[in-house]
Amino acid sequence: MWGIIRQKVAAGGGSPVARIRPVVSNLRNYSSAVKQMMVREALNSALDEEMSADPKVFLMGEEVGEYQGAYKISKGLLEKYGPERVLDTPITEAGFTGIGVGAAYYGLKPVVEFMTFNFSMQAIDHIINSAAKSNYMSSGQISVPIVFRGPNGAAAGVGAQHSHCYAAWYASVPGLKVLSPYSSEDARGLLKAAIRDPDPVVFLENELLYGESFPVSAEVLDSSFCLPIGKAKIEREGKDVTITAFSKIVGLSLKAAEILAKEGISAEVINLRSIRPLDRSTINASVRKTNRLVTVEEGFPQHGVGAEICASVIEESFGYLDAPVERIAGADVPMPYAANLERMAVPQVEDIVRAAKRACYRSVPMAAAA
Amino acid sequence: MAQCLRQRVGLLRILSGQSCSSPSTIIFPLQQYNSSSLPSKTLFSPGRSESTVASNQLDSLSSSDSDDDHHQVLDFPGGKVGYTSEMRFIPESSEKRVPCFRVLDDNGELIKGSDFQQVSKEVAVKMYSHMVTLQVMDSVLYEAQRQGRFSFYLTTIGEEAINIGSAAALSADDFILPQYREPGVLLWRGYTLQQFANQVFANKADDGKGRQMPIHYGSKKLNYITISSPIATQLPQAVGVAYSLKMEKKDACAVAYTGDGGTSEGDFHAALNFAAVMEAPVVFICRNNGWAISTNISEQFRSDGIVVKGRAYGIRSIRVDGNDALAVYTAVQAAREMAISEKRPVLVEALTYRVGHHSTSDDSTKYRTLDEIEYWKTERSPINRFRNWVERQGWWSEQEETELRSSIKKQLLQAIQVAEKTEKPAITELFSDVYDVPPSNLAEQEKQLKEIIQTYPQDYPTDVPV
Repeated sequence: MWGIIRQKVAAGGGSPVARIRPVVSNLRNYSSAVKQMMVREALNSALDEEMSADPKVFLMGEEVGEYQGAYKISKGLLEKYGPERVLDTPITEAGFTGIGVGAAYYGLKPVVEFMTFNFSMQAIDHIINSAAKSNYMSSGQISVPIVFRGPNGAAAGVGAQHSHCYAAWYASVPGLKVLSPYSSEDARGLLKAAIRDPDPVVFLENELLYGESFPVSAEVLDSSFCLPIGKAKIEREGKDVTITAFSKIVGLSLKAAEILAKEGISAEVINLRSIRPLDRSTINASVRKTNRLVTVEEGFPQHGVGAEICASVIEESFGYLDAPVERIAGADVPMPYAANLERMAVPQVEDIVRAAKRACYRSVPMAAAA
Repeated sequence: MAQCLRQRVGLLRILSGQSCSSPSTIIFPLQQYNSSSLPSKTLFSPGRSESTVASNQLDSLSSSDSDDDHHQVLDFPGGKVGYTSEMRFIPESSEKRVPCFRVLDDNGELIKGSDFQQVSKEVAVKMYSHMVTLQVMDSVLYEAQRQGRFSFYLTTIGEEAINIGSAAALSADDFILPQYREPGVLLWRGYTLQQFANQVFANKADDGKGRQMPIHYGSKKLNYITISSPIATQLPQAVGVAYSLKMEKKDACAVAYTGDGGTSEGDFHAALNFAAVMEAPVVFICRNNGWAISTNISEQFRSDGIVVKGRAYGIRSIRVDGNDALAVYTAVQAAREMAISEKRPVLVEALTYRVGHHSTSDDSTKYRTLDEIEYWKTERSPINRFRNWVERQGWWSEQEETELRSSIKKQLLQAIQVAEKTEKPAITELFSDVYDVPPSNLAEQEKQLKEIIQTYPQDYPTDVPV
């Protein structure tokens, strides 16, 4: 299965590669102050805790039960909660998404897993025309407390139909909430918030982040931990240029900020966390401080998240901009497979550094060669 | 293979699906049908030999071969299966189509020896009057649309028996997920003519706050989900609802309606397949009315209608005369019982005819003859047929007919007048219900809009509330 093949292909450049390590290690037994937690475990623990707290929450998707999840996110859940709450489905995205929406209509709280959001295309009518619009169309009579989650965006060496980023697609729809975590803290807090939220939420994870570890505090590990939807996080404060990013790109942006710091540019990195609603006030406040903006995303450039951020900043903070907004996005081509081409098609740390320098009116070399 | 033993009697012939080596025929004489008990695999007494046998196409799937084959089986994923060395393709269709269950003949006379669920005078009269109400409502509202009083309408003319017959067979807790040609179910449950009128005029009294185009009504209180335009999306959703009901252990099922056209959608396949796997208590009612806008059923599918598709998914199915209110009532009641007590999906195909145009945006005389429409409108009218039966029972009269029709018409005209005059929804309703809690951007926009209206009142219509 391609998920396994992926582990053998090293992604180029600065992209993190998922390392094979034991999935579950209960670090809570250790008494060290700052614990490390993998994103995979963060998601698993969030699901576990929410399912434990509310019997209406149930998980549904392909391979989520017996197989423990295509990416092991639902490991142990079938055993703990039984087949009525962890449902292995036939291969029918349209079918199980429709069923999830119907169950939500009637009062259950489904968490629908797409093996990758690329496959959500086969079910997108239920997400848009039913889940997103029902509350409005029914004048508040039918709420749809459903979560659609799964890996989104580029992985490594999986080609065009497994690498598409759907953030802009879903975030354009009123009635949906769209979240995209970066760290384990994000993963836990946002997934819990999504499951508790009475509105339909699209939860965009990232396959390459599943195996990454992040420090988590005791507060994050608490079962009542929850992050607010619609608030971005300033991952790194700075004063010269604002860099906005979400999901895996936050990691690249932080690396870029390190490099820029050495060259005397202090970059402020904003982890959007929430694509819809977009935290326009945090973004604009930051731009008003730094006067320069670089938006970075993996997805295609046209009508992307960066385009929306750029428009928002121009509408609200035009006078504060000292340079045109720089927009970094994936190449406007279906994702190629060959490793060297793939590397060229997705933003790398160097691209972010170059864009930040351009925004700061530093001279920069031409675009990287292959 | 061993021969399957079947008794050619009874309302429901359910052949054992697992293997034909164990003959077990389950017959459910209707009088045994009540919510408290359901017979399991025992044979009941025969005697009613009216219904013809739906055998041939099923025979061809499981007919006996030479005797020495039956003990030779192969083991494959999915279980043991007998084999044959004779290459035979299952024919694409059987010689005889699946027969259609009916209880009243074309003149409304009860066919001797029928299986049917007896109805009391009260229920029969309620059923009949609702069928008439539906017909009158459709005619009046259709005309109102033609006069330009609202933008769109679609009628259920010709399908009143399916609407009311099925609605009467269900309980108030059964959750309905309609396509859009089932307002009769809502009417039966108590949605008033005024409410219908408010919805099509999209005024502020509309339960839907004027958010939806006409005929997209719904009522949480009456367990009838708001109509959604994309075809057949309600089918897998119904399975989800059924799953919820099953988890709650409720004595209720989900009921999803679709037309013949809707069965071409991928959602139909996904829903039926999944419902069978999940063992969900859902009844799928397909109104096979011959037309999907201008697409005739021969252009929609090449199977023997919808009923034969049930078996492909492991779903019990029946074909019923959709213009026979009593037959629909009987079949749907039985289906509901099975769905709930046995936790299984059931498929009911109701054959009928779409007498009206697809909608007010359609002129069906462009693709079918006036004679055909007229024939079905008059000679095969489900309302006349049921009326004959009700009158024969001594429960209805010409006078009551006239009174009912004029009363409904008057009520409707009144309702339309009131609805038309009622104010449109307030502008604040533009912004609410997008999410559970209004998001900051919408709250801001609403505030801005109100300020602008206050500052420049002359630019805004006076009859639209803010």
